[in-house]
Amino acid sequence: MPEADVVEPWNDPGATPLIRIEGVSKRFGEFTAIDDISIDIYGQEFFALLGPSGCGKTTLMRMLAGFETPSDGRITLDGQDMAGVAPNKRHVNMMFQSYALFPHLSVWENIAFGLKRDGRDKGKIAARVDEMLKLTQLEKFARRKPHQISGGQRQRVALARALAKAPKLLLLDEPLGALDKKLRQDTQFELMDIQERTGTTFVIVTHDQEEAMTVASRVAVMDHGQLVQVDTPERIYEQPNSVYVADFIGDVNLIEGRAVVSDNTVELAWAEGRPAIAGQSVGTLANGDAATFAIRPEKIAISRDEPTERNRVQGKILDIGYLGNLSTYHVQLPEGPVITCEVGNRSRVSRRDFTWEDEVWLSWSDTAGLVLGS
Amino acid sequence: MKRIFTAVPYLWLLVLFLVPFLIVMKISLSDYAISIPPYTPTLDFSGGWQAVRDFFGALDFENYVFLTEDDLYWKAYLSSLKIAIISTILTLLVGFPIAYGMARAPDEWRPALMMLVILPFWTSFLIRVYAWMGILANEGILNQFLLWLGLISEPLTIINTNIAVYIGIVYTYLPFMILPVYASLERMDPSLLEAAEDLGCSRVSAFWNVTVPLARPGVIAGCFLVFIPAVGEFVIPSLLGGSQTLMIGKVLWEEFFSNRDWPVASAVAIILLLILIIPIVLFQRQEQLAREVDQ
Amino acid sequence: MRRMSAFNVVSLTLGFAFLYIPMVILVVYSFNASKLVTVWAGFSTKWYGELIRNEAFLDAAWVTVKVGVLSSTFATVLGTMAAYVMVRRGSFRGRTLFSGMIYAPLVMPEVITGLSLLLLFIAIGLDRGVLTIVLAHTTFSMCYVSVVVSSRLVSFDRSLEEAALDLGCTPFQGFRLVTLPIIAPAVLAGWLLAFTLSLDDLVIASFTAGPSATTLPIKIFSSVRLGVSPEINALSTIIIGLVVSGVIVASLVSKHRIAARSAEERAAID
Repeated sequence: MPEADVVEPWNDPGATPLIRIEGVSKRFGEFTAIDDISIDIYGQEFFALLGPSGCGKTTLMRMLAGFETPSDGRITLDGQDMAGVAPNKRHVNMMFQSYALFPHLSVWENIAFGLKRDGRDKGKIAARVDEMLKLTQLEKFARRKPHQISGGQRQRVALARALAKAPKLLLLDEPLGALDKKLRQDTQFELMDIQERTGTTFVIVTHDQEEAMTVASRVAVMDHGQLVQVDTPERIYEQPNSVYVADFIGDVNLIEGRAVVSDNTVELAWAEGRPAIAGQSVGTLANGDAATFAIRPEKIAISRDEPTERNRVQGKILDIGYLGNLSTYHVQLPEGPVITCEVGNRSRVSRRDFTWEDEVWLSWSDTAGLVLGS
Repeated sequence: MKRIFTAVPYLWLLVLFLVPFLIVMKISLSDYAISIPPYTPTLDFSGGWQAVRDFFGALDFENYVFLTEDDLYWKAYLSSLKIAIISTILTLLVGFPIAYGMARAPDEWRPALMMLVILPFWTSFLIRVYAWMGILANEGILNQFLLWLGLISEPLTIINTNIAVYIGIVYTYLPFMILPVYASLERMDPSLLEAAEDLGCSRVSAFWNVTVPLARPGVIAGCFLVFIPAVGEFVIPSLLGGSQTLMIGKVLWEEFFSNRDWPVASAVAIILLLILIIPIVLFQRQEQLAREVDQ
Repeated sequence: MRRMSAFNVVSLTLGFAFLYIPMVILVVYSFNASKLVTVWAGFSTKWYGELIRNEAFLDAAWVTVKVGVLSSTFATVLGTMAAYVMVRRGSFRGRTLFSGMIYAPLVMPEVITGLSLLLLFIAIGLDRGVLTIVLAHTTFSMCYVSVVVSSRLVSFDRSLEEAALDLGCTPFQGFRLVTLPIIAPAVLAGWLLAFTLSLDDLVIASFTAGPSATTLPIKIFSSVRLGVSPEINALSTIIIGLVVSGVIVASLVSKHRIAARSAEERAAID
């Protein structure tokens, strides 16, 4: 769904990436942390590396910062090969997961720390620090020590310190991991706002898929040192290229079966004597291949009467979860699978439409689900 | 930077720790001589290769043979080990109840109790040993007190006996026992004892079946911390012990300063180290295990 | 709050009585007018007067302090470097020997350390005096310093050092501007430990001291070998007094700082 006014340099064959990661691997002894990864990241992108812990995302980020060296492959920043360039010589700054604020220095001195290393004159340093304090709304706390400010403020100091040197690339290692949920949501939008205002390229490492989806222009999903999918958040969610991505991002119902391929449609035969279910196909599937049908809970409709859609199944309500803004139904099909469907609670209804043990129909359109190779 | 940080202390230790140690080994293989320095041979590189060969040819294990022949030495080794073992056990018996009491004390007392245990460690070791000289003397405070109580009719002879040495070692090394035992008892969750009693243990059997096994790493560490230095102790036997108190540290000192027999003193030192290597290696293995369990 | 059992109260009381009564007796008898330690002949401070007029003791005290300050300063520099290498530097050639040489002096009997150093000084023809004691004390106390400092470095958040590099520091600048200020309390504790060890040492000093330099423990030892003396009681009282007041002041200061810090941390939560 590319639109004309959205900048998508990754779809522009003429654009030059800011960072090129080309065939990079990293091995620690016998263990392969990064397995032959290639990614291009463009200027002013907000790029997220997403995956469970141990997937290699942090190692990849540390190679960008210069704390690890690739065993194989090449990383270039702005056309310059980064091999052999020490961390203190790179125009890359990092916001650490623990924030790594120097406990013996005040907020002001923390932000000025990197600037002083460049040997700029005092007036310029002071002006830049004040600018950073203003950007992160920390003016009042300039003279406090890190232990005298709250967690959210510390996070902002770490950001201001890393941005102060105006790096070409800012790396953020789980930047919001230490904050509580409410603060995290506010801070996500603040981060996006600051990224936009400074025009810096951000690479964020996170295991929180919601966070990655909210802030990033593109998300790279990683697993066991390999890159699974690199795409915009919408496409990652709507068009996952594998069961792994579909399952990792958001909630999904997975039904296993065999592909039934005809001229221009792909269907999934999932149970004896039941009509096959249709969905968009991803990748090439041959007739009879093992496949998985994936559908998001919110794309499923629930009704008491038999619907007219081709994709419909009948089952019994096993469980109902009321979450305020929406309700979740777990429906047990006689063939075995339990399907989850979500229905938004648009109006304040005191009376429930469905209750436990009710026989209900579930249905969805032909384009709502995906048939993925297993 | 890491190279410099490695090189400086490395060189220092090579010159002032390893080389001296090698010199001790070499002298232990030399012969006593009335000269300066009082041993032979001395290495003379100006003599060339032949001199070096002669030098090594003149080294022998004579001093070690001498140590086995003169029963003074092996008696001293055995007696050092005996004194160290007995005093380690005594220190454990005295230290465990104190550590246990500290671990069961109210939280707000504990820092103060800790400080009271550590404080003597900062005061002079020599002074703490000396303090007992006045107490244990024949006309000392302890005897006066016991006579006054009427418990004894004649002063006890304690000073210049092994008993005085035991008291001295227990007293000066007590903090080394209390601290590790306390550390392991303090970490113990008190609800474990309640759980044990809930499951049918009596107080005493809960102590044996829960507290003691959990305190074991601390007890073992404490025993090594007392035993290892006690074997080579010099100050305590020479101030509190008598002429019949044989401890190897004292023998070495006298061999060196009074007899000026450096080769024998060096051989005594080497054997002492060999004896200590077993407990030291055991101790390090124990610490390693404890660290692994922690992780 | 748990109530302490009678057994615990008794064992703590007896235990601390055992630890402290000998020192209390020493202090009390330092004010005894009689030369006989066992007979109380009234309160007097005359032994303190004698002590101050005793030049041999004053000289020895001066040598001891000089040796203590010099050796603990060297030991702190060397021990901190060694701790940094042990904790931060991965494997390198000779690491096993290095860690062996760092930990061995901790378990080495003092008589052996002293003997081996003396034999070295004789072999290289170094005259025994203040210098040789300083060298000897530095060598054995640097190991204690490195143990104290490395236990602090182990719990040190490594990303602080990485942040310093990331912001443009050279490794040495990172050490000077970030690592050192943060581990400073442990370095200071290491210095104090080294200083105390040096002040307290008799055996190694006896081997490495020459006729030109006698330390206080050597002086005390040679005097108490002959028996209890009221002057030594007075000297002991002074030493105990200094140590006790030093430890109490230090613990009050650190308690105050911890309290102030936790109050600030509580105030910072928004």
